Amino acid sequence: MVSDSGHLSRFGHQDNRKSPQKNGLTDAGAVGTPPEPRPVAGDPPKLVVRNVSISYGKKMVLRDVSFEVRQNEIFGIIGPSGSGKTSLLRALNRMDFFVPGMSVQGSILFGGREVRMWRNVYALRRKIGVVFPLPVGLPLSVYDNVSLAPRLSGVRDPRRLDEIVERCLQRAALWDEVKDRLNSLGSLLSGGQQQRLTIARALSQEPDLLLLDEFSIAVDPVTTMRIEDVLQGLRQEMSIILVTNLVQQARRLADRTAFFLMGECVEVGDTEAIFSGDVKDPRTRAYVEGRFG
Amino acid sequence: MAGFEASALNRRDQKVERLIRWLFLLMTLLLILPVFVILIFLVIKGWPVMSMEFLFTEPSNGMTAGGIFPALVGTVWLVAVALLFSVPIGVAAAIYLSEYASDNWLTRVINLAIINLAGVPSIVHALFGVGAFVLFFGFGTSILAASLTLGIMTLPVVIVSTREALQAVPMAFREACWNMGATRWQTIRHVVLPNALSGILTGIILEVSRTAGETAPIMFTGAAFFLPFLPQGVFDETMALSLHLFVISTQVPNVPEALPYGVALVLIGIVLAMNSLSIAFRTVLRRRKKW
Repeated sequence: MVSDSGHLSRFGHQDNRKSPQKNGLTDAGAVGTPPEPRPVAGDPPKLVVRNVSISYGKKMVLRDVSFEVRQNEIFGIIGPSGSGKTSLLRALNRMDFFVPGMSVQGSILFGGREVRMWRNVYALRRKIGVVFPLPVGLPLSVYDNVSLAPRLSGVRDPRRLDEIVERCLQRAALWDEVKDRLNSLGSLLSGGQQQRLTIARALSQEPDLLLLDEFSIAVDPVTTMRIEDVLQGLRQEMSIILVTNLVQQARRLADRTAFFLMGECVEVGDTEAIFSGDVKDPRTRAYVEGRFG
Repeated sequence: MAGFEASALNRRDQKVERLIRWLFLLMTLLLILPVFVILIFLVIKGWPVMSMEFLFTEPSNGMTAGGIFPALVGTVWLVAVALLFSVPIGVAAAIYLSEYASDNWLTRVINLAIINLAGVPSIVHALFGVGAFVLFFGFGTSILAASLTLGIMTLPVVIVSTREALQAVPMAFREACWNMGATRWQTIRHVVLPNALSGILTGIILEVSRTAGETAPIMFTGAAFFLPFLPQGVFDETMALSLHLFVISTQVPNVPEALPYGVALVLIGIVLAMNSLSIAFRTVLRRRKKW
């Protein structure tokens, strides 16, 4: 088995580990006066990203990014391709480990703990669900696609597995379409169904945080709307990071939105503010209004 | 509509295109010609001796008459023991190289070693087998020594075919699994191996057919000239089809002409049957392709 321990040395400073909670609170206060914030700004944030830089070899793709994601919040990340969004998502659940040459500097706190300090990186990844741009139906049956994660984490009871599968598929708005063919191959579903299957699979991990990387890129508009409804419901139970190239999607869903440009986090703010032009950086307004990107 | 007419240049291109196509088809047909000639020749020459008696009795009369049963059984023994050795090692090595190893100097050295192992002439393998297994490990000339030699010789085939089968499984599946918190082994067990299985089996069957046909590696390590008994265990010597063919065609006087052709027909029959099995596997694999 490959050991993860040698990996720690690649990270930089770890000194700011002690103060995330406090800092998160003041920071949340400073963003200030959100109009009826559904996520409670006072709760400790689910995820704190502080001064994170990511590079592949000598090429830096993300420079000194800081933001935080609150409990039960949909956090949108917009920006043109090549601005380091996907690399950031990889760093959040330590998938950088699988990319030779990728190095992450700075501090990422998930549930108050530095992700690189999680002894059990597999437990960390189970707590963070990921949905890819192109749907990946594993070459297993629909049932096994959704029951694999619970089985890997030790659930053996078939009735319990049945329950999990049904519940996850239902929450992903796919149950009605596949309930009669749970044993057919997941990879043979249509693109839109596969993407919802991917979401059901991510939900089967019982995640605290859901990462969606441009989920609608290969999905028809109707399915996109259905998934957006699903996400609205899911925010009751978890935090969601929504990376999207559709500016309007961020506007529809996100409580707060960050704008990434060429490896830089240009702006983080309430979605309302960002889309109403109440921004600090003129580039944000230009992007949101579609004048470049 | 003048623009749609073929220009002179276009017509010449088409002529060249047709010419090239026929030329390459001709080359391809030349390629398969020997296969058919050999097969037809063997069937015509060898069919007269073919019988149940030929397959299931011992050679008699100084190997100028009788059947080939001990050689047939011996070949099965040699192949089976060789597989027991090379499949676990080869598949494990391939899984390591494909799924675990990162691209560093050690991996590159290993890959180089595999390629070189595949290029070593079989007679050199035979001499290695004599030195290592027969003499150093003290197995004597035995099925074990011969099979280990065959196993080492075919190891690169298993490794390369298994690695290719593994790498045909898209990376996205592994990524999805890792993201779910699966370990590498869980990912391999639940997603990668089930989808690479047919490809791995194909490689193993090809290995079988190659192992069955080899003569040089076994002639000093465990295959006997003439031994009209069946082997009782891995430390016995045995006859083998390939060596038997060599012996009766070159070493024994007064062998009826049809006899060596009969042996050759059985040998090539086994190899072709194995190859067809592997093709069948591959067809099933393609039909059941899951992505």
